[in-house]
Amino acid sequence: MNTTSGHALIEKNLGLLIILMILVVSVGGLVEIVPLFFQKSTTQPVAGLKPYTPLQLSGRDIYIREGCNNCHSQMIRPFRAETERYGHYSVAGEFVYDHPFLWGSKRTGPDLARVGLRYSDEWHRVHLANPRDVVPESNMPAYAWLERAPLNAADLPAKMRALRALGVPYTDEEIAKAAESVKGRTEMDAVIAYLQGLGTVLRNVR
Amino acid sequence: MSDFTSEVWGIYIALITLVSIIACAVLLKALSTKRAAPSQQVGTTGHTWDEDLTEWNHPLPRWWMWLFYITIVFSLVYLVLYPGLGSYAGYFGWSSQGQYQQERSKAAAAYNPIFDRFLKQDIKAVAADAEARQMGQRLFLTYCAQCHGSDAGGARGFPNLRDQDWLYGGDPETIKASIANGRNGVMPALGAVVGGDEGAKDVAHYVLSLSGRTHDSLRASRGKSTFNTVCAACHGADGKGNPALGAPNLTDNIWLYGGSEKTIIETVMKGRRADTAAAGATATAMPAHKDFLDEGKIHLLAAYVWGLSSVDK
Repeated sequence: MNTTSGHALIEKNLGLLIILMILVVSVGGLVEIVPLFFQKSTTQPVAGLKPYTPLQLSGRDIYIREGCNNCHSQMIRPFRAETERYGHYSVAGEFVYDHPFLWGSKRTGPDLARVGLRYSDEWHRVHLANPRDVVPESNMPAYAWLERAPLNAADLPAKMRALRALGVPYTDEEIAKAAESVKGRTEMDAVIAYLQGLGTVLRNVR
Repeated sequence: MSDFTSEVWGIYIALITLVSIIACAVLLKALSTKRAAPSQQVGTTGHTWDEDLTEWNHPLPRWWMWLFYITIVFSLVYLVLYPGLGSYAGYFGWSSQGQYQQERSKAAAAYNPIFDRFLKQDIKAVAADAEARQMGQRLFLTYCAQCHGSDAGGARGFPNLRDQDWLYGGDPETIKASIANGRNGVMPALGAVVGGDEGAKDVAHYVLSLSGRTHDSLRASRGKSTFNTVCAACHGADGKGNPALGAPNLTDNIWLYGGSEKTIIETVMKGRRADTAAAGATATAMPAHKDFLDEGKIHLLAAYVWGLSSVDK
């Protein structure tokens, strides 16, 4: 049978084996990943979506630094049980300015995709300083030092230029004024500004 | 209509998907050999190692092969019924959004009559209904407990909802309005008006005296005239407050931010208005809920909150 000879041919030519393996493995990516770059719903921002302000952007990096995304997802699935609690389900167009996105899948704490404007700024301040002050049952760690830590704005322009290279429409003027606009703010201010902007583009009545 | 920037992408997906499924079938067929008859010798793969070591070329187990064929048939049936082949929506027209809407309309059909029944009733009547209270509690734990606490006992800056002291009024309709439209305190920073730190301290001692707390009577008497010219406009000459403005009653020894000398001075100096408070001031606000809770839920919540202090005694 000729299959045996084909088998022998592949088995004895390492280069050919590698090429064929790459071809087979890439089929899934070619079908499931590549077309996403050519889909309107995944590449175009939803109406009203704005890039993060410099303060929010710094807050987002602190959010990542402190590992908030390890316990809080940012992805509301289209199930009634989730939309009743958190609001409108997440859509891809909300995340086009997120590099990287922070969807996550593990919820030790609640989902934060639409936490923006849900509570007052002061609630966040009290809650971040010591979550037990407002939610006695909470097992979230306290982040009290954020209030005392001045925001480091030195790398903001470079960060914004990098994001612009990835398609976030920051203007030269915004980048030039970035460091100035966060002057005197604390890391707490930045995190709260970031949280208060999350998911405010899509609203619904539950 | 299509979400793709070009229709080519739909064809591209469908083509690769079908070709790879067919390729799996062809590969499986090509590699399967007939089971040898009992009398026949099974062939070898043709390799020889260590002089005489060879490898039998037995056919794949039948059950395994058939499972593989079944998955191939399953995938083809699936692609006909459900979305998967590029832009083709599938025979059933299923989508996750459609399933979500279906789930919602099913829930609406089940629960809306209950909400509507309570919505027609007066809030006080709803508060007397055990089922409504139970629903109200669930809603409270989902939407309100983060600030007011799961027992509605409040926290510093977040009012206790179990007592009889109300900043904006405790009748059911006012509670409903507070939930729907939110509340924002209007206490301005008055440091300059009351005469700096010393003036603030005098006023603070007068405020302490209003609720019978320990105070310096000399400072209190000095603070009294400032209180009457500056503070009385909102808190009233007797300090009993004004629910129309959310100005708290200063005589009942119930404090939102704290009733120590230090805290009262901070309140006077920095204000407690969320949008204009000076840096470092604690100033909370009640967000408006009408944009994300429908009236049926707000009605039940108002009944539950009103009931906390007026039904459970």
